[in-house]
Amino acid sequence: MTQAVPTILILSVIANFLALGSSNLRALIRAVAIQGLLLSVFPLAFAHSPSLRLAMLVAVSATVKGFVIPATLFRALREVHIRHEAEPYLGLVPSVLLCAVGTGLALLFAGYLPLADEHRGLLIVPAALSTFLTGFLLLTTRRKAISQVTGYLTLENGIFVFAQLLHEAMPFLVEVGVLLDLVVGIFVMGIVMNHIQREFSSLDTERLSELRD
Amino acid sequence: MYTLIIVPLVAALIAFVLPSDRFRPHIVAVTAAIHLVCTFRLRVGDVSEWGWLAVDPLGYLTLGVLSIVFALCSVYAIGYLRVRADRPNRIFTVCLLAFLAMTTGVTLAQHLALLWVAMEGATLSTAMLIYFNRNARSLEAAWKYLMIGSVGIALALLGSLFIGYAAFLGAGGKASLLFQDLLTNSEALSRPWIRAGFVLLLVGYGTKMGLAPLHTWKPDAYGEAPGLIGALLAGGMTNCAFLALLRIFRITVAAGEGAFARELFIVIGLFSMAVAAVFMAGQRDFKRMLAYSSVEHMGILVLGIGVGGLATFGTLLHVVNNAFTKIVLFLSAGNIHRAYGSKRIEVVSGALRRLPISGALFLTGFLAITGSPPFGPFISEFTILNGAIQTGHFISAALFLIFLIVIFIGMGATVLAVVQGVPSEKADTGFRDSFWKTAPMFVSLALVLMMGIWIPRQLYSFIEEAARTLQGAP
Repeated sequence: MTQAVPTILILSVIANFLALGSSNLRALIRAVAIQGLLLSVFPLAFAHSPSLRLAMLVAVSATVKGFVIPATLFRALREVHIRHEAEPYLGLVPSVLLCAVGTGLALLFAGYLPLADEHRGLLIVPAALSTFLTGFLLLTTRRKAISQVTGYLTLENGIFVFAQLLHEAMPFLVEVGVLLDLVVGIFVMGIVMNHIQREFSSLDTERLSELRD
Repeated sequence: MYTLIIVPLVAALIAFVLPSDRFRPHIVAVTAAIHLVCTFRLRVGDVSEWGWLAVDPLGYLTLGVLSIVFALCSVYAIGYLRVRADRPNRIFTVCLLAFLAMTTGVTLAQHLALLWVAMEGATLSTAMLIYFNRNARSLEAAWKYLMIGSVGIALALLGSLFIGYAAFLGAGGKASLLFQDLLTNSEALSRPWIRAGFVLLLVGYGTKMGLAPLHTWKPDAYGEAPGLIGALLAGGMTNCAFLALLRIFRITVAAGEGAFARELFIVIGLFSMAVAAVFMAGQRDFKRMLAYSSVEHMGILVLGIGVGGLATFGTLLHVVNNAFTKIVLFLSAGNIHRAYGSKRIEVVSGALRRLPISGALFLTGFLAITGSPPFGPFISEFTILNGAIQTGHFISAALFLIFLIVIFIGMGATVLAVVQGVPSEKADTGFRDSFWKTAPMFVSLALVLMMGIWIPRQLYSFIEEAARTLQGAP
């Protein structure tokens, strides 16, 4: 099954570029949802002996990342009546270029890290680092709370990819880490987003700029 | 040992179910008292059944400080929530108790994943505490805290996974993430992964500690949250994050990457002090000033560990001193803020006249934290300086001294503007000092003074033991 691994990872790295390059919030949410779905099936392709436990992790993560969160974000988008342009601090083209450079560096850096025999040649480490970096870029260079949440999701996706390397050796760390981070993080962000919306009647974090030195 | 975590959680449940706002603050105080008693009845070396929770010297030191800080803050909370009786306090008290449970978990956790889970829980519970005032400014602070905090927590998770992979390469499928196992098998850990993991964890938990350049949530959070929350964050939460860093540091040293880790600690420590010095000079907002002071002292802590030698002892001593002094500063600043309805020094002046107790304590707290004798921080900062010179870190020692002096001057200007002069008639909310809101500060100041004049023998030998474990002893 591991032949499918590089394909899935390359597709998800392409989703990174789609997410960073989309000028429309809907397209951004869609790109991140597709990536979430793709990566959710990734453990099945990667694991040597798929178990029920793994299948459950896959099901939960696919539902949350592929459907629940995107649906919530789309609903928030409908309700707040903000313009749907992404409005980044850093232009779309520079951020895509930055991501390309980052992906290259991730490939180089991953070359220095030793891997177990069964993990060689699968592109897992560079894909994880590149996705993590994309999430970081989305979080820091975007103005709207919604795109920041998608950034956080992408960050999570990056960790999820890397975590698969350890799933058989330390299932507890991986499952608890991934699920807790995802569910609780999004839950709390949802609450805060709700309050932002009520307080400012908008989800533009640009207005959150009163506190400065 | 479980009681320490279970009691606050049960109390949180009770506080959540209770319909009336009146008794909730008392629940917090009673829980804090139970927590304090249980903490002092613990013995170093106690281990839970699975070995995932245990009391070791380092964790116990942090836990003891945390428990005292929380108890003092809970007494203050009774007075504070009485003044703010107009606001429902259900979420506030529940989050306070959850915070206590989670941070206790951090101090006892002996497993890399459990440590991370507890840290994440503590972060989430404090986000709602920062938002207590429910206005646009506190919302902004809570949002920034969450965004920066979750990047930090994500980095820490990735770093934990890296350490996990280092162990996996060393031991195959049998790899364990218990700190003791990681230390015993440290020879087998894959060093490139340890290095990369250490950097990620330093940045990740460093965010929680508020080390520059990831400190940007701190001035906003400390500025907008009630003074009490500032005290809890600066005296409890940041120490827990520091403990997490110390645990990773031990593993990194055992794996043979000690020089690399120390170098990073020194650089990031000095950089934090420099950032704090720059932003404290001419700071017009006295609560934000305290936040930068916290950035500075977190920098001092990692610097001290990076320098090593005698400074390790000084650093652990400073953990205690800094926490107790921060209580005095944040709580008195909270009182002053409430009495004037502003925290800008253009508006606030003459605090010594209007709030004789809080004003005097604010001034004394400033003298203590900047390292004036005879208070505790003087001893610990001096020990760190001494350690830096003994181990031959002359440039670090010189920079350390220069930053301390610059910060003393910068902070002094703001503090003096607040306490001196004549209070203006316009800015007056009618709030004055009261017993509940000043007593905890006196206790805390007494502790700071005691630490400067006489360190209890037991505490001394205890800190020595903790410092030995950091120096590479098993």
